[in-house]
Amino acid sequence: MSTALKSPSTPSETVKPDRSRTLSGTPVEKVYTRDRLSGFDPSADLGDPGGFPFTRGIHADMYRGRPWTMRQFSGFAAPEETNRRYRYLLEHGQTGLSVAFDLPTLMGYDADDPLASGEVGKCGVAISSLADMEELFRDIPLAEVTTSMTITSSAAILWAMYLVVAEKQGADWARLSGTIQNDILKEYMAQKEYIYPPRPSMRLVVDTLEFGSGNTPKFNPISISGYHIREAGATALQELVFTLGAGVEYVKWAVERGLQIDRFAPRLSFFFDVHSDFFEEIAKFRAARKIWARLMRDRFGAKNERSWKLRFHAQTAGVSLTAQQPRVNLARTAIQALAAVLGGAQSLHTNSLDEAYALPTEEAALLALRTQQVLACETGVIEAVDPFGGSYFLERLTLDLETGFFEQLEKIEAMGGMVTAVENGYPQAEIARSSYEFQKSIEEGRRRIVGVNAYIEEEHEPIPTLSIDHTVAEKQSAKLARLRSERDNAAVTRALDNLGRAAEGDTNLMFPILDAVRAYATLGEMCDVLRGVFGAYSEQSAV
Amino acid sequence: MSAASFSTSAPPIRVLVAKPGLDGHDRGAKVIARALRDAGMEVIYTGLRQTPEQVVNAALQEDVEFIGLSILSGAHAAIIPRVMKLLEQKEMDDVQVILGGIIPDEDIDAMERLGVAAVFQPGTPLESIITFIRENRRQRDIA
Repeated sequence: MSTALKSPSTPSETVKPDRSRTLSGTPVEKVYTRDRLSGFDPSADLGDPGGFPFTRGIHADMYRGRPWTMRQFSGFAAPEETNRRYRYLLEHGQTGLSVAFDLPTLMGYDADDPLASGEVGKCGVAISSLADMEELFRDIPLAEVTTSMTITSSAAILWAMYLVVAEKQGADWARLSGTIQNDILKEYMAQKEYIYPPRPSMRLVVDTLEFGSGNTPKFNPISISGYHIREAGATALQELVFTLGAGVEYVKWAVERGLQIDRFAPRLSFFFDVHSDFFEEIAKFRAARKIWARLMRDRFGAKNERSWKLRFHAQTAGVSLTAQQPRVNLARTAIQALAAVLGGAQSLHTNSLDEAYALPTEEAALLALRTQQVLACETGVIEAVDPFGGSYFLERLTLDLETGFFEQLEKIEAMGGMVTAVENGYPQAEIARSSYEFQKSIEEGRRRIVGVNAYIEEEHEPIPTLSIDHTVAEKQSAKLARLRSERDNAAVTRALDNLGRAAEGDTNLMFPILDAVRAYATLGEMCDVLRGVFGAYSEQSAV
Repeated sequence: MSAASFSTSAPPIRVLVAKPGLDGHDRGAKVIARALRDAGMEVIYTGLRQTPEQVVNAALQEDVEFIGLSILSGAHAAIIPRVMKLLEQKEMDDVQVILGGIIPDEDIDAMERLGVAAVFQPGTPLESIITFIRENRRQRDIA
């Protein structure tokens, strides 16, 4: 008998839920009137859709001009399996690809590394070399799709692999469109898939920004991500502060390198969580656009309007999914997705209902995609731009998030900026505190979650889940052994030596990485060289 | 020994909370560590990326009664057998292992057959875990 689904000892019906606060703890009043918006100036605070400060959206015609991109994150097992899933999703109307890599790939280890044991192909697709990347995109023309890759610590290397696959397909780099996540600061704060210490990692990020501004004008070399910060337990305000705060830090570093702000800023993209508090989330997206526009124009002096516009991908909140009554997750996800659309997202991933158990089955993934299609085709929400604009309540929430943001940013700047704050563990501690508070509010019944502490069902009907072929690791290891025996190993050694020398100096690392990728050096080999120069990072683990 | 050995009440339960494997999603592990501490237990949190050997050695050194493992990556099928085997080799059969994270229903039996005392899936109330540990504590011989 499993103890997995024990009900809480406190019967939920006896505890009074705290209804008067948002999910992040902001007090909510019974009714909002004009009085609550004193000082609100529609022309300065709102502007028109497509106009500064973009509170109402970055396009004048929003989804009438072009609906959001339905971009379902997926990846599992060997590249061949993931390639099949991509072609399945594209055939069913998905409009962009989004690659999930497995943990060894995220951490810069090859599939045959002892540290990869048990992890190969589990949380995403296993990619150890250019050969795997070629397999992943077989028969998918990279000049015609947009591809997002959720990869950060090893992003420069995986991006180089993608670029070389495109090169081999005969696609012009200038035409490639897509995104690499590459937001290293959120790794130290939340996702914790870091490899090197913060400062050499920041150099790698700036290398990719610099390379992108000269070579891949339509590719986003970074997706500054609040998603993981929120999933780790941050509030909506903390998500804004640590994400846009990281954005400020990247801009500062790039400008210090000598990059022209209007050459790289238009390609900075963002990624946010969309959680269950409907109005707070919509306000968060509106505030994010307004804050970023002000920072870029007024603080950094960007002149190009495209530098002011915050473009973002949203994903529904994985952390809100429950193992109990899993089909209910479909309802949660649909409502979260609606908030993302009303908040003006450029692209969206909807989670599958089975993800509290495993990676999604094909059926569950299709249902999640269909949820977005229902929103786009049947509900009318794509017609009027920013339909909540002018709502007393929404505008108050938006203003409060903006004010809170600038107060918190000042605090971080006083610490010496985000890199220093991260080195000192400040965001990490703040996030851990919020996540514990949130969990306690559920435990104490102040917050109710259907199936967890409200409307509990003791019986639990199992749902089908995806299981990953356990032979993936062996198959990938065998491929690596073959690759190592068939490639020109002298060329690999030369390329890796060059990479090491470049890392010790201060030239842009993208070029030696591209050369090593073309020689079929593996991910692990390249990361080992960089670990040798930069060192490996481990955090002080405080609870 | 601490003053607790002179008291008639039982000493606090010692728990090692560990995150084996490459995954860095540590929200659950940290929340549980704090909750167990707030419930009066002595909690040692190993931090990220611990090998099974490091986990078992820490459990031995810290003389814990429970090891709480948090695994969200699907690597439990590889990690748990290694942890259980090491515990057996070191004759630490008085240490109970509890597992939390993204564990599919169909794997729970296999985990329990390997000797895992309990599996807690997402959405488990903290109180259930605290209660489980309290109720399943074994009498230990005082050496």
